[in-house]
Amino acid sequence: MAYFRSHVLVCVDPVCLSRGAHELIDALQDELVAQDLINEIQVLETSRIGGCADGPEMMVYPEGVHYVGLTTDDVPYLVSEHFLKGRIVERFRVKVKPAVDEELGPAQAKEVRVVLRNCGEIDPENIEDYIAEDGYMALGKVLGEMSPEQVIEEVLASGLRGRGGAGFPAGKKWQLARNVQDFPKYLICNADEGDPGAFMNRRVLEGDPHSVIEGMIIAAYAIGASQGYIYCRAEYPLAVKTLKIAIQQARNYGLLGNDILGSEFSFDLEVRMGAGAFVCGEETALIASIEGKRGEPRTRPPFPAVKGLWGKPTNNNNVETYANVPQIIINGAEWFASMGTEKSKGTKTFAIAGDVKNTGLVEVPLGITLREIIYDVGGGIKDNKAFKAAQIGGPMGGCLPEKYLDLSVDYESLTSVGAMMGSGGLIVMDEDTCMVDIARYFMDFTQDESCGKCTPCRIGTRRLLEILERICEGKGQDGDIERLEHLCEVVGQNSLCGLGQGAPNPVISTLKHFRDEYEAHIKEKRCPAKVCRSLISYEIIDEVCTGCTVCARNCPVDAITGERRHPHFIDPDLCIRCGICLQVCNFNAISVS
Amino acid sequence: MTIEERELEIPSIVRSAVEKHGATYEALVPILSEVNRVLGYIPGNALSEIKRQVHIPENSTFVSESQLFSLASFYHMLSTEPLGRHVVRFCESAPCHVMGGREVFEAVKDELQLRSGETSPDNKWSLITTSCLGVCGVGPVLLVDEDVYGNVRPEQVPDILAKYE
Repeated sequence: MAYFRSHVLVCVDPVCLSRGAHELIDALQDELVAQDLINEIQVLETSRIGGCADGPEMMVYPEGVHYVGLTTDDVPYLVSEHFLKGRIVERFRVKVKPAVDEELGPAQAKEVRVVLRNCGEIDPENIEDYIAEDGYMALGKVLGEMSPEQVIEEVLASGLRGRGGAGFPAGKKWQLARNVQDFPKYLICNADEGDPGAFMNRRVLEGDPHSVIEGMIIAAYAIGASQGYIYCRAEYPLAVKTLKIAIQQARNYGLLGNDILGSEFSFDLEVRMGAGAFVCGEETALIASIEGKRGEPRTRPPFPAVKGLWGKPTNNNNVETYANVPQIIINGAEWFASMGTEKSKGTKTFAIAGDVKNTGLVEVPLGITLREIIYDVGGGIKDNKAFKAAQIGGPMGGCLPEKYLDLSVDYESLTSVGAMMGSGGLIVMDEDTCMVDIARYFMDFTQDESCGKCTPCRIGTRRLLEILERICEGKGQDGDIERLEHLCEVVGQNSLCGLGQGAPNPVISTLKHFRDEYEAHIKEKRCPAKVCRSLISYEIIDEVCTGCTVCARNCPVDAITGERRHPHFIDPDLCIRCGICLQVCNFNAISVS
Repeated sequence: MTIEERELEIPSIVRSAVEKHGATYEALVPILSEVNRVLGYIPGNALSEIKRQVHIPENSTFVSESQLFSLASFYHMLSTEPLGRHVVRFCESAPCHVMGGREVFEAVKDELQLRSGETSPDNKWSLITTSCLGVCGVGPVLLVDEDVYGNVRPEQVPDILAKYE
């Protein structure tokens, strides 16, 4: 077979033809013959490349350069520049409009993208795009060359751990489900991503749904499951839509359904939508919800691997865990295990939110430090403010102060300092954040989301919230800190599921690292970060105020008085401390104390 | 359509939901979601209608109204009370809070003259707080009906809400 160093694909859609595509091809052929390149460069006809609006269009491989708007007169110059001298002719090149993606930008220096590699790069609604990126190659390898036991061995050897929070080794989970002799078996993908600040699973489902589907088919083969469910939260309508399209395409290609890829293995998938209950991210609650019940957790054991959906063996992993699987099969367990630390292998996606310059999704190898994530990848703190804390692991995670910035981000290290990996939410907070307020905030969330089944969680989180609210309102009492500590212990140790067990973590970690702030609130009735409304007051600095009246006009309760061009005055009795005057003042004339 | 007129449609709305999702116990949450989507909430009559259509002892499918109510009241996306024509959902999660969500929420409450969970007397607006909507990259976030607004500043709130009739 002849070897060509380069291929030129010219679009011969009607629009490009009408703009002279055939003439262009002829001219190219002639010029290549004249330059004695015809044995090195092959010209091919192809279907639509771009929009044809600026046709004729062509793609040059292997560079993947997309040229438009060429005429036959341009051909000698193009051939001499591109194919003889190896220089890309920029003026014919398609101007790529840089897509503004506030969630997922180009990879930063310390990022390694495995799970997010296709997000934003391929068309999620076209299975061919995924296949072109080695999609379903792992499935072919698994069904053609590997036994279920070998698949489990490979995943075990890779060291892949659950990306949903607890970090249980995925291979071990699969092994447990495989060893139970009770059929049918089920497979669940937990896409009920409810942690505030975490949206990596949504992006994977919206941007690369087939990677999750492929991972699930491989897992189903490994444990012997015949039916799978993707439980996606109702707040993600686009993800649900993309998944449904992807599943249908996979069925049409024989990748789901009976006798997949001609093997004897059959498996099908269904999307189930949640209805807005955070606790359904807990696996037994999720199973109850799929069964049509209230999403309330139950005691374990028996674990779902033994008795799960409808009492049958069920394997449950989250979106990111499954999305890693095809890559592990293609590149091998050693490749995956070469990234990360001794016990935490591979990469992890994080959703950086809060007071950091570059918010959005990142994917980094485990074992990286918090400082690297926040400063090197995230660009540091906004507005040149000082770092105060990082909240990692969602509402069951913890707040870490500056002294832990050089901590290695892996499952064990995070747990050892009172935080957790969680699903990868990372909220960065600057010096203007009140840690008591943050603890109150998370407790407000968990007590709202507590399903109410077990008493320690239902009542305990409520009582914790009441104490925290009291402290923020300046009504903290002596002994409140001790009461919080005791209650945290009771709730954490006695709750039924992970939600209640983890609920006290934001309080425990802020008490541990920012105890002085609690004391300032309770004893001195002072909020050091000037956030808690009952403990602050707004005043106008006479010397700075120009009397522009903008604050008085914006004050919702008319607490500001004063004549134009004369210093204004805030009536502290009327002021509701909403902070609007501070925001609208152009002269920094409002002080907070 | 008024609420009374819509209630007359309940049997057919439930029937099409049951046909779509199946008359099984596991389909109850999808059926309730569908009714909620069409009517904006799940009235008591709809619960009895679902029970009538799905409770089929011959198929070992047992459903009671109390079970249905326990489902409808458990899931946040389902409402057992009528809501206004436009529903403003404000994300009250920590990432939005840290990025100035509180001031935005104050502005929303001011503009609508509603507190969280309330519906305006003219049935135009309902204000609900919601847990994370998963668009934290652009917080604070406001959802009006199906439209997401990101990077919201308090002074933008009146303009955003003015778009809705």
